[in-house]
Amino acid sequence: MNILPQVIFILVFAAAGYVLYKRISFLKRNIFLGKAETRNDQSSERWKTMALVAFGQQKMFKRVLPAFLHLLVYVGFIIINLEVAEFIIDGIFGQHRIFAPLLGGAYTFAMNFFELLAVGVMASCLAFLIRRNVTKVPRLTMTELKGWPALDANLILVIEIILMVAILTMNATDQLLAEKGTEHYTALGPLFFSGLIKPLFVNMSEGNLIFVERFAWWFHIIGILGFAIYVTYSKHLHIFLAFPNTWYSNLKPKGEISNMPEVTNEVNMMLGIPTEGGNEPPAEIARFGAKDINDLSWINIMNAYSCTECGRCTSECPANITGKKLSPRKIMMDVRDRAEEVGKSIDDGGKGLEDGKSLLGDYISKDEINACTSCNACVEACPVNIDPLSIILQMRRYVAMEESGSPAQWNAMFQNMETSFSPWKFAPSDRFNWAESVKDEEMK
Amino acid sequence: MSNYKVPTMAELAASGESPEILFWVGCAGSFDDRYKAVTQAFVKILNKVGVSFAVLGPEETCTGDPARRAGNEFLFQMQAVANIQVMNGYNVKKVVTACPHCFNTIKNEYPALGGEYEVIHHSQFLQSLINEGKIVLKGGGDFKGKKITFHDSCYLGRANNVYEAPREVIKALDIELVEMKRCRTKGLCCGAGGAQMFKEPEEGKKDINIERTEEALKTGASAIAVGCPFCLTMMSDGVKNKEKENEVKVFDLAELIAKDQGLS
Repeated sequence: MNILPQVIFILVFAAAGYVLYKRISFLKRNIFLGKAETRNDQSSERWKTMALVAFGQQKMFKRVLPAFLHLLVYVGFIIINLEVAEFIIDGIFGQHRIFAPLLGGAYTFAMNFFELLAVGVMASCLAFLIRRNVTKVPRLTMTELKGWPALDANLILVIEIILMVAILTMNATDQLLAEKGTEHYTALGPLFFSGLIKPLFVNMSEGNLIFVERFAWWFHIIGILGFAIYVTYSKHLHIFLAFPNTWYSNLKPKGEISNMPEVTNEVNMMLGIPTEGGNEPPAEIARFGAKDINDLSWINIMNAYSCTECGRCTSECPANITGKKLSPRKIMMDVRDRAEEVGKSIDDGGKGLEDGKSLLGDYISKDEINACTSCNACVEACPVNIDPLSIILQMRRYVAMEESGSPAQWNAMFQNMETSFSPWKFAPSDRFNWAESVKDEEMK
Repeated sequence: MSNYKVPTMAELAASGESPEILFWVGCAGSFDDRYKAVTQAFVKILNKVGVSFAVLGPEETCTGDPARRAGNEFLFQMQAVANIQVMNGYNVKKVVTACPHCFNTIKNEYPALGGEYEVIHHSQFLQSLINEGKIVLKGGGDFKGKKITFHDSCYLGRANNVYEAPREVIKALDIELVEMKRCRTKGLCCGAGGAQMFKEPEEGKKDINIERTEEALKTGASAIAVGCPFCLTMMSDGVKNKEKENEVKVFDLAELIAKDQGLS
């Protein structure tokens, strides 16, 4: 028995595993360039959120058609990968369809079901390609997607279609060989979808059939391993990160902006209120707000890596709808791209965060963050609970407190609040004047 | 008959009383000419129902909401800590406000700074008064047979999941409520949140309030109901911009109730 295929398989598998390990370490390190933040409270609520939003696709269904198409790909991805388990066992032990004799009729049923899913995945991917390239759904063709993001999206769809073609080709040729009584090949019950393409191969010689079948088998398994590696370079990472990302969702009311305790200490000192840590001046504070990715929380950066650039956020953003520069999706893409840049620089022995660039300024402009109405439409729209607003507000904090660089009208508003205790310039003593006329009126 | 009363916390404290609720008026409610009418309408309702309430009057200051959202955390906390000291000094337990921004800030952001209160938006308060039978609506009034649409304010809706209370209030008036396409969780902002109220918008092709007003006008409603001072300003400006101010009016929920009760 020729064990060469087994050796090659194990080597390919191990190599893919090693590359994946390196890629995951790279991504993990990049995410943890962000500041530490503990968000482990309410764990039962977190598991529930993850089950509903990530596993159950709950928020996808706000838009029914894409949700249905996406569900087909998602279910296909999860279930067809059960077959990959068989591929791996077969590959390592030099077997073929090791579960077929064990499961009998159930195996044929499963194969038919997988083929149905494969056809569903192909149909969905085709529909997605049409939405991106023919009907040009606005949120899928915006300027921030020009170049790599658009190519990335199309590549993923094409790869998925090719992988599904490989499955059907493999099943069709495999069964033709079994019918011919070729050694190793097991005859199953009728397979519907691959049965439809059998006529394409029926005139081939046994040798050619074996070649096509083996090619499709190897193509599929290597394709899947390659795809797993590709995903780590792609927006498609959401297939894994959606799960931790939803687990670490913000469970507080969306309107609540997190407190800055380091500011509270100073405010209390100024007002002469005793603080918990005594009235000692606080230790040097690194920076108020966020200028670069290391000022953000690691959860913000994980959010960025979880973004699959669907643009539901941007399509609901009032600023974007009315033509302002702000796009919540672009904010997330910028955070990820900056994290990638810094990560690569560190690995290459470069300057990393000290490269003279920063997220705010080189990637995101003040015009973008200033246009936000903090309306939470983007947060509500995100199918995996990404929070672009949190990042925007942290950058506004940097601009206001470190640079005093807020728009002039905001600075005037700050001044009014400091002097008149109202954002408008009214005399504080006039605050209660509205009551005069009411008090003079007889009650009806 | 006696006149309407607007007691302050200081007056009540001086006579050893403490009211059941603090009515937090907010800056728009105190200074904005249009929104002062809402404050007055709400106070008349409170008087009419006999709710035990008081206001802070001259002791109230901005909650700090726009400062925090514009990034000035120092200024926000200075405002917040000062307000909390005043409220805690009066032993305030329950706060009602007609401003979703004040509502959100006091409810969600003051606890981290030592201010823990039960905070209720006036739409919720009005709904409970209606449900308890303390306000008995006469039904429709000027609006009988007309359509009205409700504009969700972000700080009430998405920010705090209050979607139904304002709608229940409108439905109790026996007016036909017509929804805009973007409503509830998908409601479109009026354009004023996140401190946008206090500056000109960034360059774009349209103002947000115009986009939203166009959507409201499309419903064919003769009135747009809001539950927020900033939304009231933005929607009123939008209606004026579209030269529809004679046909379409913008009202706060409290004004609708006050009208129904013959209080205004």
